[in-house]
Amino acid sequence: MTLPAPLSYPPPESLDPGSPWHARPARIDRVRDESADVRTMVLVFEQARDRRDYRFLPGQFNMLLLPGIGEAAISIASDPEHCSAVAHTVRAVGSVTHALARLEVGDQLFVRGPFGRPWPLEELRERDLIIAAGGVGLASVQAAICHCMTHRGDYGRIAVLHGAKTPADLLCRSDYGRWRDHGIDLHLIVDHAAPGWQGPVGFVPQLLDRLEIVPSETSLICCGPEPMMEAVARRSIAAGIDPDQIFVSIERLMACASGLCGLCQLGPFFICKDGPVLSYDRIGPWLAVPHL
Amino acid sequence: MPDSSSIPGDWRWLDADGLQILIDLLRGRGFRVVGPRIADGAIVIGDIDSAAQLPTGWLDDQDGGSYRLRQDKAAGTFDHVVGPHSLKNFLFPARETLQHWTRDDRGWHDTTPAEPPRPLAVIGVRGCDLAALAIQDRVFLGGDHVDPAYKARRERLFLLAVNCRRAAATCFCHSMGCGPAAGPGFDLALTETDGRFAVETGSEAGAALLAELAARGSPVTPAEILDEAAIEQVRDIPRRLGREMHARRAEPGRPVPRSLDTDGIRDLLFSNLEHPRWQQVADRCLSCANCTLVCPTCFCSSVSDVADLSGDHASRERQWASCFTLEHSQMHGGNARPTVASRYRQWLTHKLAGWIDQFGSSGCTGCGRCITWCPVGIDLTAEVAAIREAPTP
Ligand SMILES: Cc1cc2nc3c(=O)[nH]c(=O)nc-3n(C[C@H](O)[C@H](O)[C@H](O)COP(=O)(O)OP(=O)(O)OC[C@H]3O[C@@H](n4cnc5c(N)ncnc54)[C@H](O)[C@@H]3O)c2cc1C
Ligand code: SF4
Ligand code: SF4
Ligand code: FES
Repeated sequence: MTLPAPLSYPPPESLDPGSPWHARPARIDRVRDESADVRTMVLVFEQARDRRDYRFLPGQFNMLLLPGIGEAAISIASDPEHCSAVAHTVRAVGSVTHALARLEVGDQLFVRGPFGRPWPLEELRERDLIIAAGGVGLASVQAAICHCMTHRGDYGRIAVLHGAKTPADLLCRSDYGRWRDHGIDLHLIVDHAAPGWQGPVGFVPQLLDRLEIVPSETSLICCGPEPMMEAVARRSIAAGIDPDQIFVSIERLMACASGLCGLCQLGPFFICKDGPVLSYDRIGPWLAVPHL
Repeated sequence: MPDSSSIPGDWRWLDADGLQILIDLLRGRGFRVVGPRIADGAIVIGDIDSAAQLPTGWLDDQDGGSYRLRQDKAAGTFDHVVGPHSLKNFLFPARETLQHWTRDDRGWHDTTPAEPPRPLAVIGVRGCDLAALAIQDRVFLGGDHVDPAYKARRERLFLLAVNCRRAAATCFCHSMGCGPAAGPGFDLALTETDGRFAVETGSEAGAALLAELAARGSPVTPAEILDEAAIEQVRDIPRRLGREMHARRAEPGRPVPRSLDTDGIRDLLFSNLEHPRWQQVADRCLSCANCTLVCPTCFCSSVSDVADLSGDHASRERQWASCFTLEHSQMHGGNARPTVASRYRQWLTHKLAGWIDQFGSSGCTGCGRCITWCPVGIDLTAEVAAIREAPTP
């Protein structure tokens, strides 16, 4: 180092857009209640610079901050080609997510991000895609579905498998028609049926048996509870899909989302920056070790 | 007339008074000066304005779960080794405010004050702690995201290192390639010999300070230049200690330091993730997190969002976290590491194996703090040796 010259006063470090702690102000533009405890909210950045410059890729996530309340990692659930408005689907499970799910149109929140590695959609062009989502895991694949609809011709057959506890917990129900119009083969399943439910009862991995899979041409992207992702991966491998063509999105506790806080580790991986999306050939062996 | 154009690589003699002048010069330049001091029965790192505050004549006896200070007339100023504090306490403090937020009728605003940290000079930094600093630099500065608060403090740091001529029973820096010689990374490094100090210059800043000291000149401190032969003799002091540590020998009356066989250690640990030893160590481990608090490289932290009673002022507080606590791996739907065995395994495998994948080096410097400050004396070198001796088939 050189001995410091007379001290100068830079702007607050947290205001530097390059700082991982920099949070962009945003306002809720629209909300949509998905189920009793899940709400989708569309937010718009307050500053023109952020509306212009903000970009993300499907599978990435933001840290949503409510000053004085807390911060949570939430997947970006909207069309990556329209970054000026960003959607998040939040399930109220704890203090921060409850506060987020209570936000109304016009309320303010702060956004750090985007963070993490996306679904490798560019590398999956020309291939058949299976997109499997359990519960609020659908949030993490929604942007991928948007991308596939915009670039439908770039991909082969596309199947979306979605499971939830009950029919009332199935997410994004108003989008299903549009997905089908884009040639997406949608399969739904619930743990517990309700009156009027005609579909299958059970778990997402079972839906794989309904598909005609050409293993060498198929890639799978999957997000949901860890046991569900492992079951889906095992079943897909049994069907002949290569583990390096199976991609899962892992959830861990996160404070920084930028490789600085150490909370999100799983084996040698930082889930925030090496993930959340990882191929199963890399992450599978670590998921298999109990309590790692 | 002393030569005042010191350059990195220069060596000069300094007497005890010269050390005081160095402290005064640093303070005169606006530095907060800290160094080893006795407090509450241990040598910690505290504020130093006089060289007389340094623990001259004191030695520390350290072993698994034990730390004792004693006086020894023959001991110099820096013959103690590392205590519970490290550079981490200053560059990555246990608790700090990342941001201040204020609310008005237009909403919340980031009102973090833009005060740069006060420059810090640290006296008595050992080889193991320079290595720990380099490891934390890779964490906080070396990735895609740089931590601005750490960076600001790091840029205003002056390091007056010390070459060790004595090791504790808990030291194993030689196994990790981190000591007992100090370097690289210091501004100035001291080697104590015959009641005076040989000073090696390691940076432009160190050279500038030494030049200023030399310009003050005799009679107090001639700051005379060492010749080649003298440099070799001084260099051999930590080297001799290192040779003893490698040979697992010690001078009479001194403890034999520990050692750790690092050969293939990443694969050894990662292929023994379900070894029964994890449960055996968990039976003794209190999950108290002391080891992670004293470790100079542990960097986990959590952030709390707090608001005042009016609700119009909020802050984001970062504090050290430890993989030994349940909160560290708490998630919606359960805890990722619910058992002590899984948490000890996380700590040890991260430090000695995962770190290599993440940052290209071990996360351990061999400083031995985690051994000394473990209330039940759990010793990572013994845990690794046990797994190496009987790996899972
Ligand atoms: C990469 C990534 C993407 C994610 N994407 C999404 C997403 O798109 N949508 C989404 O909804 N979630 C998502 N999550 C999960 C989300 O980050 C967590 O649900 C959220 O951080 C939980 O924070 P919280 O403060 O609401 O819960 P916390 O208050 O931290 O609570 C965590 C859990 O502890 C339990 N708990 C908390 N308080 C109590 C109490 N008083 N008593 C008993 N139990 C309690 C609750 O069961 C809760 O589930 C994602 C996570 C990651 C890592
Ligand atoms: S793990 Fe123990 S010996 Fe290694 S650097 Fe940390 S405290 Fe020192
Ligand atoms: S571990 Fe090595 S460098 Fe650190 S105090 Fe002990 S002997 Fe000195
Ligand atoms: S969330 Fe902090 S390191 Fe990954």
